[in-house]
Formats: sequence, structure tokens, C-alpha cells
Amino acid sequence: MWNYERRLQYPVNIKDSNANLAQVIISQYGGPDGEMGASMRYLSQRYACPYREVSAILTDIGTEELAHLEMVATIVHQLTKDLSMDEIEASGFRNYYVDHTVGIWPQAAGGVPFNACEFQSKGDIITDLMEDMAAEQKARTTYDNILRLIHDNDVCEPIRFLRQREVVHFQRFGEALRIVQDNLNSKNFYAFNPGFDCDECAGKK
Amino acid sequence: MNAQFSNEQQKLLHDIGILDFVVVELTEFLDTHPNDRNALEYFNHYNRMSDQAKKEYAKKFGPLTIALASESDCNNWDWATLPMPWEGGCV
Repeated sequence: MWNYERRLQYPVNIKDSNANLAQVIISQYGGPDGEMGASMRYLSQRYACPYREVSAILTDIGTEELAHLEMVATIVHQLTKDLSMDEIEASGFRNYYVDHTVGIWPQAAGGVPFNACEFQSKGDIITDLMEDMAAEQKARTTYDNILRLIHDNDVCEPIRFLRQREVVHFQRFGEALRIVQDNLNSKNFYAFNPGFDCDECAGKK
Repeated sequence: MNAQFSNEQQKLLHDIGILDFVVVELTEFLDTHPNDRNALEYFNHYNRMSDQAKKEYAKKFGPLTIALASESDCNNWDWATLPMPWEGGCV
């Protein structure tokens, strides 16, 4: 169950249009390391996780990613809503425009549509948390790459906020992995899948 | 900045953004440190402040969530007509 809160997690107030920038930032909406994949990854992985603290962190970070998804959409929207036909024709944005006008649609910067294959839900919490830590780093690198392309402070500030959250989430997933391992035999963490093979060994209440 | 927002409204929304950020950060910290009593006290303090600020905002400027929709003195269903977050104004 979710509730909507009618505000952004961090303010986005962009004054100047920039079609080229919108076209790279949309990758964090529907690209390979974007916020859509992030939220769906964590929220989908929760069900095969036998440890409540870890289910809780997957839920709360997955929920925060939905707020990031809305921020990225807002950035792209504000960068494109006032574009003139001349600006659209002169920029690489014409290819996006022809299919979506200036609507928001999940795709990577290169035009590849969002695809669930961009994340895994493996049903093994060690495997899933390893993916989650890598995902946070990949998103952090993408935001670093985006930051090198931005020269407008209105766009920089919310992107810096999003980048910083990737670092914090990496830390939290590292702690979640430690919690999982503390529940397992340190001589062989992989002796069984705690979400599938053995309810009692996994400490399920 | 949204031209429809007064200075007082901007300021309150800005404060809510800060308070709620602390709440989100502490929620995630507590998930992996559920026995940290200092963090829990800190969380309770900021969570109450955030709740209060959102109630005050709902009363004066309209609800940010459906749960706060009855706080507003407005006779209309302003949930439908207030600006959306992507319009800007959340400073």
C-alpha cells in the first residue's frame, strides 16, 4: 500500500530549457541504471527476503526511489516544456519529440526503452543485495557523468542530491548484507538459500 | 519558483522538505540499526516536527496527503486543484 505526497523530495525549479540535457537525464528515468529500475528492483526483491530488517530497508529505499523517479521526470519536464520548434529541430531531441512530443516516457539516453531485464530479482537475498550495492554505484557513476555535462546550477543541485542518495543507499545495503550474513554460518554463507531452503535456519519467526 | 506560492508558503514547504529528509534518512538508518536508541529519539523528535509542519501547511495552504485533507478549512476539494509538484514552487 502506498500514499502519494504532493511535493518533491528535493526542490526542482529550472528556468531555462535545454533539450540536449533533457535527453541525457532521461536515462535516470528509464535507462539501465535509472530510478525506475531501482524502485522495481528493491520492491520486487522484498518477498523472497526472510529477514525483516532487510525487507524494511528494501521497502523504504524502494519507496524513496519512487520519489527520485518523480524528481528526474520533473527535471526532464521543466527542461523541455517550453521548447520551441526551432530548438527541437536544432537539437537531438527531435527523435524523442516525434514519438512523445514533450511527454515523459521511460527510455535510456540512447533511445532504448525501459526493460525489466535491467534489474534482477533472484530470490536469493545474498545475490540480490550484491546486485543492489552494484546498482547504487552504477547510478552514482551515471549521475557523475551527467554532472560533467551540466552547466546550469538549477539542474546541478537536484542531480547532486540524487547522487548523494546513491552513496547513502550503498551504505545501507552493505549493512543489510552484514545482517543477512550474521544470520548464516560464517564458514559457508552459501550452504543454503535462506529464502528457499530452510525456514528455521533462516530464523523466520 | 511558483508564482502562485506566497513567501510564507514557500518557507513552510522548504522547512517540510528539510524535516522530512531527516525522517527519511533516519528511517533507513533505523532499518539496519533497530536497537540504536539515540537514533530512535532523534527520529521521534523530527517525525513529530515534520507531522506538525505538514498539519500547519494543510490548514493554511491545502493538504500534501489525503490523510491531511480534512485539516484544510477550504470548502472545496482542493486536492484536485492545487498545483502539482513538477510545476515548481517547492523551494
